[in-house]
Amino acid sequence: MNISEIKKQFPIFDHKVQNNDLVYLDSANSSQKPRVVIDRINEFYSKQFSNVGRSVHYLAVAATNLYENTRTSVQKYINARDKNEIVFTKGATEALNLVANTLGQKYLNEGDEVLITELEHHSNYVPWHFLRKSKNIKINFAEINEDGDIPIENIESKITPKTKVISITHLSNVTGAILPIKEICQLAHSKGIIVVVDGCQGAPHLKLDMQDLDCDFYAISCHKMYGPTGLGVLYGKKKWLEELPPYQGGGGMIKEVKKDSISYGDLPNKYEAGTMATAQVIAFDQSIKFLEAVGIENIIKHEKELVEYGQEILRKNNSVKLIGNPKEKGGVLSFTIEGVHPHDIATILDEDGVAIRAGHHCCQVLHDKLGIPASARASFGIYNTKDDLDQLNESINNCKKIFDLK
Amino acid sequence: MNLKELYQEIILEHGKNPRNLTKIDNFNKDAKGNNPLCGDNVHVYLKLNEDKKVEDISFEGSGCAISMASASIMTDLVKGRSENEVKEIINDFLGMIKENPELSSKNLKDDERTKLMCLSGVKQYPMRVKCATLSWHTLVSAFDNKKEEVKTEN
Repeated sequence: MNISEIKKQFPIFDHKVQNNDLVYLDSANSSQKPRVVIDRINEFYSKQFSNVGRSVHYLAVAATNLYENTRTSVQKYINARDKNEIVFTKGATEALNLVANTLGQKYLNEGDEVLITELEHHSNYVPWHFLRKSKNIKINFAEINEDGDIPIENIESKITPKTKVISITHLSNVTGAILPIKEICQLAHSKGIIVVVDGCQGAPHLKLDMQDLDCDFYAISCHKMYGPTGLGVLYGKKKWLEELPPYQGGGGMIKEVKKDSISYGDLPNKYEAGTMATAQVIAFDQSIKFLEAVGIENIIKHEKELVEYGQEILRKNNSVKLIGNPKEKGGVLSFTIEGVHPHDIATILDEDGVAIRAGHHCCQVLHDKLGIPASARASFGIYNTKDDLDQLNESINNCKKIFDLK
Repeated sequence: MNLKELYQEIILEHGKNPRNLTKIDNFNKDAKGNNPLCGDNVHVYLKLNEDKKVEDISFEGSGCAISMASASIMTDLVKGRSENEVKEIINDFLGMIKENPELSSKNLKDDERTKLMCLSGVKQYPMRVKCATLSWHTLVSAFDNKKEEVKTEN
């Protein structure tokens, strides 16, 4: 696989950022976009635009078909059993809110327990917190081990007879830990527990097979998958999507509306109220095609090499402390530098064109556990190379020089 | 001033060796501030005498170089000044960091103005503005003896 050829497909790298070549190490936050995705948005708005699912004129029908084509592509890409198990949302956050909200309406009662982990992003904690407030459910946290990993035993030990839902990340956006979702699903289902997976980091970097994983729900963020912003995918097993109530009301999600009664549309319309992110959905088809052309096996192999190389050089760098050393690790390197606040690290690296993230990465519970207010994080995409990591290391050295560190 | 120069000059001098980083005895006003987004936190201790003059001031806290340097410069600057004068300088500083190109306070000496203007480098980085302003908002809160923690979000 030729990374420099792949990188050429991303127009952002054709331009200098503040007079520097861009070293983009923030893909866990959001990935850059290949030209095919950008062009598709332009083309759709320029030549094919119409709203979907409403009108019967030519453009509307064509746009609807394009929109539905993406649904089929996503279904195939994640190996869902049924096309109607794919719901488009405004993001993974909305997908997780949809699940928590509708399970809360129909399925969870006072005293029931939802098990999450200390690794969770706020978007897989706050929606459950709403239910803690409104329905008096309880939230339990499976703890990380010293490697920033969650072994399945740490999940098993927190399951009680009242656990109704396990909602967990596929891949931690801080420690990079990859959780054994398939095994967790087997364990959970043997006890009648629903499994919800926050797949924001998993979807762009791991092989997705819903039928094999057997989770009940899986939330995807399209902008982290080389796709447009403002778009997410919720995979949900058909039985759940049929059984649960709608999340938002409006146009498109109804069957019949009378003064005294309303019936709801069939899947997937039931969960897609209002005008959807049409251009984004249609362009996301190109993201899927791009991922398929590169090949997920190649992506996994490339990112594994980057993580190993990054760990190797940063471990040799004095005063850099890597966060998390999980057994299975995705393309994320979080670190601290003794004596330098992560925001200072990020600002100084930025001067060299090295874009990383600093902060708590929407994981305050995890940072509290680690006893640090924030961390710096370099995260990878398919366009990154070992040169990028060498530049990261060099810029970290500049930063240390500024702060008089050895 | 670009950011590199900003760091290398005052930020590092003050960030690495902050002035007045202690808890003074006999303070009569204090307030806490916190940037939840960054984890910067500061506790300002103020001794205001009967003539409403800042007899002593100090701070404790932890955070990035910009927040520490800003608190250090601020505490140096307000010591010995009257409450009214200090409040005028605070407004001038916050105005400069937010929108004004220059400081306009007549109460500032030239070298003091230069030091404060060094912090203007953060203006291009909205995410870092709150690092520079946290201690200043907290000082306002200390004057008013507010009990609740200051949280800066912008």
